Amino acid sequence: MIVGPRPLEEPSSGLAARLASAGVGDRVYRVAITLFAACVPLLLLLIAAEIARAAWPALRTFGFGFLTSSAWDPVNGAFGAAPALYGTIVSSIVALVIATPLAIGVAIYLSEFAPGWLRQPVSFLVDLLAAIPSVVYGLWGIFVLIPLLRTHVVPFLKDTLHLGATPLFSGPNYGPSMLAAGVILAIMILPYISAVAREVLLAVPRSQREAALALGATRWETIWGAVLPYARSGIIGGVILGLGRALGETMAVTMVIGNTHEISSSLLSPGYTMASLIANQFSEATGDLHLSALMAIGFVLFVLTLVVNALARWLVWRVARSA
Amino acid sequence: MTAPSIPRATPRTRDTPRAAGEGHPGTIVAEHFSFWYGKKQALDAIDLAIPARNVTALIGPSGCGKSTFLRSINRMNELLPGTRHEGAITLDGEGIYSKTIDATALRQRIGMVFQRWNPFPKSIYENVAWGPRINGGRSRGELDALVESSLRRAALWDEVKDRLRQSALGLSGGQQQRLCIARALANEPEVLLLDEPASALDPIATQKIEELLYELKRELTVVIVTHNLQQAARVSDYTAFFYMGKLVEVDATDRIFTSPREERTDAYITGRFG
Repeated sequence: MIVGPRPLEEPSSGLAARLASAGVGDRVYRVAITLFAACVPLLLLLIAAEIARAAWPALRTFGFGFLTSSAWDPVNGAFGAAPALYGTIVSSIVALVIATPLAIGVAIYLSEFAPGWLRQPVSFLVDLLAAIPSVVYGLWGIFVLIPLLRTHVVPFLKDTLHLGATPLFSGPNYGPSMLAAGVILAIMILPYISAVAREVLLAVPRSQREAALALGATRWETIWGAVLPYARSGIIGGVILGLGRALGETMAVTMVIGNTHEISSSLLSPGYTMASLIANQFSEATGDLHLSALMAIGFVLFVLTLVVNALARWLVWRVARSA
Repeated sequence: MTAPSIPRATPRTRDTPRAAGEGHPGTIVAEHFSFWYGKKQALDAIDLAIPARNVTALIGPSGCGKSTFLRSINRMNELLPGTRHEGAITLDGEGIYSKTIDATALRQRIGMVFQRWNPFPKSIYENVAWGPRINGGRSRGELDALVESSLRRAALWDEVKDRLRQSALGLSGGQQQRLCIARALANEPEVLLLDEPASALDPIATQKIEELLYELKRELTVVIVTHNLQQAARVSDYTAFFYMGKLVEVDATDRIFTSPREERTDAYITGRFG
């Protein structure tokens, strides 16, 4: 008898059949899963294409001027995105300016200082802020935040800090305002920024902290000089994620911003954002051009958030690569 | 023979001329020092004197307490929750655990290098300048000079002088470890603690670190934890053998490796256990 490598024997017919059927099942499964996965990017492309198609009449009529014009006159058919674009960006910047230091402070406390038993519940409560429906934020804004701003914060800014002379805080404050929208947005994006920052800070290797401490750094110097720089790009990614949320937020902003299609240098004046403009006018849009102009606003908003999200992805990728 | 109550690394008879390092700062003495992680005792009444301007190696099997002892010298262990100690460690007669000693100031005087090199994700220059910067009070020119001298002392200057502004993470592992040594030296410490500094390095990078220690001991006290007995034999003047949280034996390195007094030391260095 020859001992050594032998040719493969034919599997018994029962086994062969089972293998063959498993092969078919595998293939069906793979095709189905691939189709499901393909649906998502396909959907994105479809949405983009559909918005672009619907926006096309307005974009063709107004051209690049659509972005720079302040007109919004459905009767005479003149539309421009400038005030809403301005309002979207300014309210989001106000939100970031307020939320970023707060969120990073919360994240530093939770990752570096909070005792173990406190970390989980506080993290949970902060994350819970993200679960509150935005219409509830809007209601709270109308009944609590706006009166608070009008009776306490604005007088403080004007009379105590004497900021009334600066363009940012000039003019009267009747209630709904860019400032109110910015504050509401700040509260809404705080959990996103702080959750990302917290995870990034917790992911900083212990060896980095030890390196700083062994050089004679205090706890604070260690955080400021070693932990935060190490986590910097990741935290920036979290901030941009928050910015993405702020740019697209609709309901709460619509309820507190005042919905006035004007560009005003003062944060105390009412304004408009692209999202709130669409939400307010879509149901009562008169005429095809009006509808198309709203679609064009949507298209601009879509592109803006896409760019912001791409930026966030790129930053997160850079962090992952350097770590 | 007048045996001191503390087993001195300083030998009693032979090779004493330079060995004691007396008159120089950087003498570390542990007196009945014990240490606990929670309920687990890691060090049991260690009595050990480490002479200035020598290399002292701490050897022993894993979990014997040698790293714990090393990290007790610069009070890194107390950063972990639930630890406590008894007894004392002194640096030049000053109790490092005494209430008047500030741990951060102490750690500036006692530099530390870790098993896994851990440069900051910053430039080479910024890494070395990090310690002096947080201590403050140095002009730009002084800082430049200090960075250069520290890199020279770590035998790294010639390799990096043209790319001080580039990221430290672009260096090889051995270079990064020497950068960490330079970073510790920039604080101008009296003592340098090394926790298995070469265990993750290739032989050539290891040799560079070992040669470096030979130079460094002219200026400061070096304490090195190592698993590598050949390394301990090569670089150290004194060797302390730890086992199960106790200091078994300490003596001049050549005597530990040729005629140890304790049976357990002999068994360990000849590879019968550990």
